[in-house]
Amino acid sequence: MTVAPKREDYDVVVIGAGPAGLAAAATSAEAGLTTLLLDENIGPGGQVFRAISSTPVTERSQLGADYWVGADLVQSLRASNAEVIHRATVWSLDRNLDIAVSIGGASAFVKAKRVILATGALERPFPIPGWTLPGVMTAGAAQTMLKSSALVPGGRTVIAGQGPLLWLLAAQILRLGGRIDRILDTTERGNYFAALPHAFAFLTSPYFTKGLAMMREVKAKVQVVSGVTELTAIGDGQLTSVSYAAGGKRETIPADLLLLHQGVVPNVNLAMSADVEHRWDDLQLCWSPVLDASGNSSVAGIAIAGDGAGIGGANAAVVRGRIAARAAVEALAPAVAAKLPAMATLRADLAKAERGRVFLDTLFRPSPQFRIPSGDTIVCRCEEVTAKDVLDSVAIGATGPNQLKAYRRAGMGPCQGRLCGLTVTELMAQARGKTPQEIGYYRLRAPVKPITLAELAAVPKSEADIKAVVRG
Amino acid sequence: MFRRSEQDKRPQVQIFVDGVAVAARQGDTVSAVLLASGQDVRRSTAVSGAPRLPYCMMGVCFDCLVTIDGVGNRQGCLVPVAEGMQVEIQKGKREIGR
Repeated sequence: MTVAPKREDYDVVVIGAGPAGLAAAATSAEAGLTTLLLDENIGPGGQVFRAISSTPVTERSQLGADYWVGADLVQSLRASNAEVIHRATVWSLDRNLDIAVSIGGASAFVKAKRVILATGALERPFPIPGWTLPGVMTAGAAQTMLKSSALVPGGRTVIAGQGPLLWLLAAQILRLGGRIDRILDTTERGNYFAALPHAFAFLTSPYFTKGLAMMREVKAKVQVVSGVTELTAIGDGQLTSVSYAAGGKRETIPADLLLLHQGVVPNVNLAMSADVEHRWDDLQLCWSPVLDASGNSSVAGIAIAGDGAGIGGANAAVVRGRIAARAAVEALAPAVAAKLPAMATLRADLAKAERGRVFLDTLFRPSPQFRIPSGDTIVCRCEEVTAKDVLDSVAIGATGPNQLKAYRRAGMGPCQGRLCGLTVTELMAQARGKTPQEIGYYRLRAPVKPITLAELAAVPKSEADIKAVVRG
Repeated sequence: MFRRSEQDKRPQVQIFVDGVAVAARQGDTVSAVLLASGQDVRRSTAVSGAPRLPYCMMGVCFDCLVTIDGVGNRQGCLVPVAEGMQVEIQKGKREIGR
């Protein structure tokens, strides 16, 4: 079933149907603005509320109360007049707010007066030796399978890394009867001290009690090794064991599945391709867009909400979505804006939702050895470029990620740098004695997701388009 | 590697992987079915031929690339299964037109 957008022009186009996008589209449509929500997935929810309308996990307590909050967001959206298209991959967005979207193998084009990017986050690359082996996946991948298909690990399973999602996933796997043999916690011991000054805000946030209860639930059933400083996935064409070092001791344990996680980072590809200015965030160790208090970016008409605006979690994402949508209503239909919750109220909600974030960011700051690999460890999974390849390129003159493309094709595979970009920036910064900000990032361009040449060739062309390339 | 929870009561769907019938459930993605199938569904990369399986399951890593109903390089983690769907595991580079 292929459903193209009903109109060519919209007041607001929201991209991404996670917490921020759902909230933004509902707010915008309720205010009477023509609103289109485009989302790449099969149904609404993004990652945190994935499969919220279709999950086969009917035992509600297994996914937890925080998950089911997503159902209310979807309900609000459905009660609004927003047009929603799923399995719609936006592959181009430019400064004129022209959007190209691939739906069912054909491209459609729409123009927006305002665009709200809610493309969320992705898991930070975890480039350890062997991370490309079959049997090594992200923790988020396992959670996706759990939520959307009630699939749980059945073989020998090791979870490694750090951060709140890791514990949530472990608890969910156990509740659904899945298997976890060991959890390898890579949180750096020094981080506990560094995080201490920020502990008060965290202790008074809802994360604290929930997080503690979840860790207790998991630790009662699974052996947890803390202070892991080295990690290797081992196998010949398939994962067979995981080797790690903790407290000076090394151990190798058999494993069929290794789930990796060291936090999430903004998914910047679409925003960067639209020329939105980003800066290196030294606390969250990633690129974040430069935004004003309403989420407006450096490109007029493009706002960013949710984790794509800097990691803040689902509750913050919802509020950021409402703030960005309210700003759009203020700009396009000021008379209606008065009926929406006041901006001051929304900003107070946001401050509340972001409480404790600095503590989490500091405590779960990933260690350098798990961000900046060496030797034969693969950095770019698509083009199979190793850390040594990158360093060799630096030695003969590659100055940054864009030069590296010419030397090694890093970042030029189908994922377009999503799984190597941060690693390449930090690795080159370290090698050249520069800051990540000075080193920069890949220049990203449309199409931000691959489309077939046939689809591109079928795009409607004007006389001028044809004259520009046809001779004689 | 993965197994289904008993509470999953969704209707069955049958797809074919390299011509072999594989049981799926309505709403599964192609990648989820492949990982739950218990079969060797590793693709091999276009660059070195190294074996791979899906890594992120959320549309960013492109390690789930498969040929679906004759169209190559589809992201299996973003495509829901349909009755009778033909999935081919990709070995190496794509051919032109596929």
